[in-house]
Amino acid sequence: MTFDEGQGYVVLATMAVPLVAAFLLVLVPGTQKMWVRYISAVTGAIVCGLSIYIFAAYQVDGSHTQMTLRWVWVENTAFLGKDGVTLYLAVDGISSTMALLTGVVAFAGAIASWKIEYRNKDFYILYWTLLAGVFGTFFSYDLFFFFFFYELAVMPLYLLIGVWGSTRKEYGAAKLTLMLVGGSVLIWIGVFATFHEANLGTFDLPKLWAAGQDGTLSPTFQKTFFPMMVIGCGVLAALWPFHTWSPDGHMSAPTAVSMVHAGVLMKLGAFGIIRLGIQLMPEGAAFWMPGLMVLGVIGAVYGATAALTQRDMKLISGYSSVSHMGYVLMGLATMNQIGVTGAVLQMFSHGVMTALVFLMIGAIYDQAHTRDMKDFGGVTRVMPLWVIFYTIAGLANVGLPGFSGFTAEFHIFVGTFKTYPVFGGMAIFAAALAAGYMLRLFAIVFFGPMSPRWSDLKDLTALERLSGGMLIASIVMMGVWWAPFTDRISSAVTLLPGVTS
Amino acid sequence: MRDYTIFIPEYIAAGSAVAIIGLELFMPKFRKDGLAYLTALAAVAWFVAGLFFIGKDPKSFQGLIASDDFTTYFRLLAAGIVFVVALMSAHYMRDRTKTASEYYGLMLVGGCGMVYMAAATELITAYISLELLSFTLYILVGYLKRDNLSSEASLKYILLGAFSSAMFLYGMSLIYGVTGSTTYAGIAEALSGRESGTDPAVIVGFMLILAGVGFKVSAAPFHMWAPDAYEGAPMPVTAFLSTLSKAAGFALILRLFSAAIVVDAAEWRWAVMVLAALTMTMGNLIAIQQKNLKRLIAYSSIGQVGYMLITIAAIGYGDPQGGINATSGLLIHIIGYVASTLLFFTALTAAYNKTGRDDIDGLKGLAETQPFLALVITCSLFSFAGLPFFAGFATKLFMFQGATTSETMWVVGLAVLNSFISLYYYLMIIRQMYLYEPVGETARWKVNPVLGGLAVALVLAVLFIGMYPGPAFTVSEEAAKPLFEPGVATGMARVP
Repeated sequence: MTFDEGQGYVVLATMAVPLVAAFLLVLVPGTQKMWVRYISAVTGAIVCGLSIYIFAAYQVDGSHTQMTLRWVWVENTAFLGKDGVTLYLAVDGISSTMALLTGVVAFAGAIASWKIEYRNKDFYILYWTLLAGVFGTFFSYDLFFFFFFYELAVMPLYLLIGVWGSTRKEYGAAKLTLMLVGGSVLIWIGVFATFHEANLGTFDLPKLWAAGQDGTLSPTFQKTFFPMMVIGCGVLAALWPFHTWSPDGHMSAPTAVSMVHAGVLMKLGAFGIIRLGIQLMPEGAAFWMPGLMVLGVIGAVYGATAALTQRDMKLISGYSSVSHMGYVLMGLATMNQIGVTGAVLQMFSHGVMTALVFLMIGAIYDQAHTRDMKDFGGVTRVMPLWVIFYTIAGLANVGLPGFSGFTAEFHIFVGTFKTYPVFGGMAIFAAALAAGYMLRLFAIVFFGPMSPRWSDLKDLTALERLSGGMLIASIVMMGVWWAPFTDRISSAVTLLPGVTS
Repeated sequence: MRDYTIFIPEYIAAGSAVAIIGLELFMPKFRKDGLAYLTALAAVAWFVAGLFFIGKDPKSFQGLIASDDFTTYFRLLAAGIVFVVALMSAHYMRDRTKTASEYYGLMLVGGCGMVYMAAATELITAYISLELLSFTLYILVGYLKRDNLSSEASLKYILLGAFSSAMFLYGMSLIYGVTGSTTYAGIAEALSGRESGTDPAVIVGFMLILAGVGFKVSAAPFHMWAPDAYEGAPMPVTAFLSTLSKAAGFALILRLFSAAIVVDAAEWRWAVMVLAALTMTMGNLIAIQQKNLKRLIAYSSIGQVGYMLITIAAIGYGDPQGGINATSGLLIHIIGYVASTLLFFTALTAAYNKTGRDDIDGLKGLAETQPFLALVITCSLFSFAGLPFFAGFATKLFMFQGATTSETMWVVGLAVLNSFISLYYYLMIIRQMYLYEPVGETARWKVNPVLGGLAVALVLAVLFIGMYPGPAFTVSEEAAKPLFEPGVATGMARVP
């Protein structure tokens, strides 16, 4: 066993540990609520540690894909030729960054859910299943398993939101699940068509990517199916006009699910656009990217405008997520080195920042049982630490230098100006709107006269501080020392077909 | 020389059927659940006897019946289904009837009917096997004769079933009239040997046969009997209907269409494709409106039949390798579908034994009162919907992939869209169990250990197929191969 393969088992462990945890939790009696929490906290710590290791151990100047693990799953049967279906796990610069994001948010979410009393065993079983799916999607180099884990990450959401959610939870859960699965219908069709058209008898992604580049997948085919793949994945990335599940879903979801969902799951959509769109169908990408750019800009401006008019704090963050994912799509659509790098940076940045925001909203909602910002005022006096944490998240959201949002958005704007100056201008307009809705929220909630009803609000608990602290550390690290991120990401981005430097 | 050894497994099954009926005749006081366990034991013996045929050289009995891997596949499947359904019935029938031996005997006989539907390489043999299965099902559906719903279901099923048999027979006679042969090999030879264009009578014959078998597998617009029969039948018989009779229908269709009339595929493949599109769309759209679980599963299984029919169309569009691909996909999906359906009905029977309700609202709050069954039902529904980890994901993906040709691409797309629609009504069931509080008694209750054990075993099977589909897929491919290789299996080498 080579060292690289040994590291491959680390990658496998990111999926195996959550699944083992889920299985262990099945065996724990539902009345042992503390045991459930301990198991989950330990799992979160292990998963977070593993993903930090994967991020750190990724060699920037090494080969493109590292930590490879291949297990032949099914081959030489019927239409499956050699390597028909392989459990093929590997890490490249993009997925190593996404791994770090997932690990941090998963741990933060696991300890933020400590407070859950109602059937917390079932909650954590679904939570860890979901995260196994997320890790699996990021690391899979096999189309079968990519799609397997992609669906696995979507599947538990219905129950997570429907059972533990708030505010029109049934509606939010059903809308979210049906829209996301509806999106994956398009991916299913794309998968069948790709396999049939490539006619290689394998789901191995690198081989299919090669087929996409050497013309085995004909240009007409790529132009036909690229929109399917991108819209299918785009639903999860809140691509306008398929974003409508996002505000409702986030509003209904319990805290940890909002964190993981906005923080990590939405990135799966953008990641899918890279893997199944840009890498699989470069011809299609070249043809359709201007269209994606337009949708991305509309999403960015629309999301920010809608956030300006909302009163529910979660809805503001929900629409802000639509806006930020719009930036990600714009970055991808630039198809130049700096723009695409910026898109991946933004995926990370938005992930940790929005997870922090939802953590903070959860912290106040659990006590106040309202999220309408008009109900609040002068919260600074009772929850100073909460205000500080929220402010950091908000400023990262706005894109203040020193925080992750600046690094990411700067890359995206530069990339956009290179190819589409007009849209670059509109994106900056959206960023200005972001300052508007964030400062409006700060002014109303944090300052002004305090209603006596909130005088007994408690500040963040120790666990919330730990959880939030990790997220803030990630935000600040990316804001001041982004070289580790940009090195990893751009090493992968340069190799994407059709991306100009 | 006539080789009677190829029938040994069915000697065991049919012999046990007679023995079980005889047992109750002479010992009327024999425990009714004891009969179920004896039936299960007979099914095990049948299954073990079937294992000896795996990978053996194909044999033909007078050009009428082929014993090859395809037959063996359905033989093992039949034994497996009878085993599970017999155990499922133990409690249910003991509480509801005083005589149960015919019930279990007929179940074994029906299984034999399925095996010979798969094995038949001649039209009349195929027809007799089909009727053997149909007649056992008519009786089983109406077995609770004091229950009006059960009798009504049986009557409706008999009338429509007889009608469909007549259509099948008419189609057979037209084909015989043109080709002068009833064996599949003879038909194929006569059809490919013609010089001029296709005789219209042959096309009418194909369509009538398609309608006849369409009735049996409840393809729309021939599905009218299914929801009523499912609703009225005793719960385990509903499970039997939705697994064994569907699988048997496809066994007959596969052998007949691939061996006998594939040479004239251009005349029927479009019709199968339209039938598939219609069946899956109607099944899934009507399922949304159902209030009764058995009716809902009836429509959901109509939807599944629609997906499966695509592979038959794909056989028509493909070369022999394409046929093997499509058939392997269909066979692995049949395993996955059968396992998920049996799992669903095992859990539902356990719940029904306790609550006596088979409407969707009856499951309200099941996650509180019986979390294990709620989990099991969720597993089976997720498997139907094709979500990962469960059999449905891998088997559906392989089936659709195998059935994808340039011509069938649009139906595959429609099928994926349909399986998205199906998720909606599966979620509606899950919602009842998990999102609502139980009504009435809220205390936890225990599941009968036999049903509980059965459910655990089936969950493991569903998970295994879903996570590691390799073995099941290899088996399916081995079973599919004989259909597309000229030889004994297609009846080509007839023993004089």
